[in-house]
Amino acid sequence: MRFDGKALLAFIIPAALLLSWQALSSLGEIPESVLPAPTAVAAAGWRLAWTGELWSNVTISAWRAVIGLVIGGGVGFAFGLANGLSRLSERLTDPTLQMIRTIPHLAMIPLVILWFGIDETAKIFLVALGVFFPVYLNTLHGIRTVDAQLVEMGRAYGMSAWELFARVVLPGALPSIFVGLRYALGIMWLTLIVAETISASTGLGYMAMNAREFMMVDVVVLSILIYAALGKLADSLARLLERATLSWHPAYLPA
Amino acid sequence: MTANDPAAGFEPTRLALTAPRPAPLEAAAIDLRGLSRSFGDKQVLRHVDLHVPAGQFLAIVGRSGCGKSTLLRILLGLDAPTSGAVAVGDGRAGSSRIMFQEPRLLPWARVLDNVRVGAPRGGGKAAGRAAAQAALEQVGLGDRAGEWPSVLSGGQKQRVALARALVSRPALLALDEPLGALDALTRIEMQNLLESVWRRQRFTAVLVTHDVSEALALADRVILIEEGRLALDLAVSLPRPRRRGSLEMARLEGEILDRLFGKPAPVERVAAGAPQEAVA
Repeated sequence: MRFDGKALLAFIIPAALLLSWQALSSLGEIPESVLPAPTAVAAAGWRLAWTGELWSNVTISAWRAVIGLVIGGGVGFAFGLANGLSRLSERLTDPTLQMIRTIPHLAMIPLVILWFGIDETAKIFLVALGVFFPVYLNTLHGIRTVDAQLVEMGRAYGMSAWELFARVVLPGALPSIFVGLRYALGIMWLTLIVAETISASTGLGYMAMNAREFMMVDVVVLSILIYAALGKLADSLARLLERATLSWHPAYLPA
Repeated sequence: MTANDPAAGFEPTRLALTAPRPAPLEAAAIDLRGLSRSFGDKQVLRHVDLHVPAGQFLAIVGRSGCGKSTLLRILLGLDAPTSGAVAVGDGRAGSSRIMFQEPRLLPWARVLDNVRVGAPRGGGKAAGRAAAQAALEQVGLGDRAGEWPSVLSGGQKQRVALARALVSRPALLALDEPLGALDALTRIEMQNLLESVWRRQRFTAVLVTHDVSEALALADRVILIEEGRLALDLAVSLPRPRRRGSLEMARLEGEILDRLFGKPAPVERVAAGAPQEAVA
């Protein structure tokens, strides 16, 4: 990526917002109990980083997110493949999955707490449940919409079932699978925030709720900003992966 | 060959004026006997008998939905006849290849890897790459091996598809209107390329097309299919390379079109491509 004048355009508005936020706080227009100044938030971050509290909370949250994504995404991907490739498998499992999909996964929180208490399993379960559906639906859709003409070409050219899958079906489904992954990443953070805010004794959500009890608004704001940064980071990683694997796609070709 | 075709009320125009080319060993002869294919109630092919000697360039013309593409798919083994017998060469894997109307290149594979799709199985990666590169050179795209298909023009994509079809040195090349979507000039260029490749490799070629003049420019023999039956079987023995717009070609084209549109065939139906009037 080249950094020229156009790349800087995107930073103008955020920078202006930050500056005016700082200015209004310094002038006392925004009371500190409502929204502390950016410098105060940065100081809180520095303080928590110094004690190690920040780092341990970020890693525990990131760990929950990744484990939940791997489990839920992996199972969703497997069902997407199976149901995309086999009508029998689809008839058998898709109606049930679609039925479960109608339940908002966050509505499961009370039940999940009863089942697993407030330890790791509960959070991972909720994240896995949340990311399952976008990955499943988009994998299924991707496989179903692979160009039938290419599949016919592969057959006419003597590809085995495995070759057909590896060289035609999976690459053809990949753009759609990535759409599912990026949806899943959004849902992953959302689910984790809610789960950690409601019931946890570690993690970023807990840090925010704990700070609220002690009226530490700067830590609350800090937690929110870290969530945003982690979400952005995950999305950027997915984009990078997309760019690397979809370099053939006209949308990613260097102009 | 048309004796037991009830629809055929004609004698095939048959003039062996150019010396018959020796059939290459590896080219496939085609033998269809009593071939029928129906989809539900609709009968697409009705009792077709056809023999194509090895190495012949056969063109099949006809209106949309006359069954010509179905015939081609049956030759390739992509479809099975409802009844009748099909024999194509020795039937070994990779001996028949098809070019579709669309290039059907894998967008996620580089040009060379797309050509490798057609390379014989089990030949090893290095051998496949070398054969693919050679096939690309043959269609004049040797320098584009590393490109993505999306940056190529329509004609170039179709040439990559031709290289993919040729890389296994097929005994039969089936062409399902492969030039239909190209602009007029690119189409003529591709016709010349096809002809030169065919003359070099001597496979049996079966071209399905709407375009009668294209059939006449390329084929040794043109058959017309109407309502699932063989309606005309015309030997075209004009010398090659053929000049488009020659008198003889125009005459043959008129004959086929008249048959297509149901006009009575002209009384005089001899001397197509007689040597003394051959246009080189």
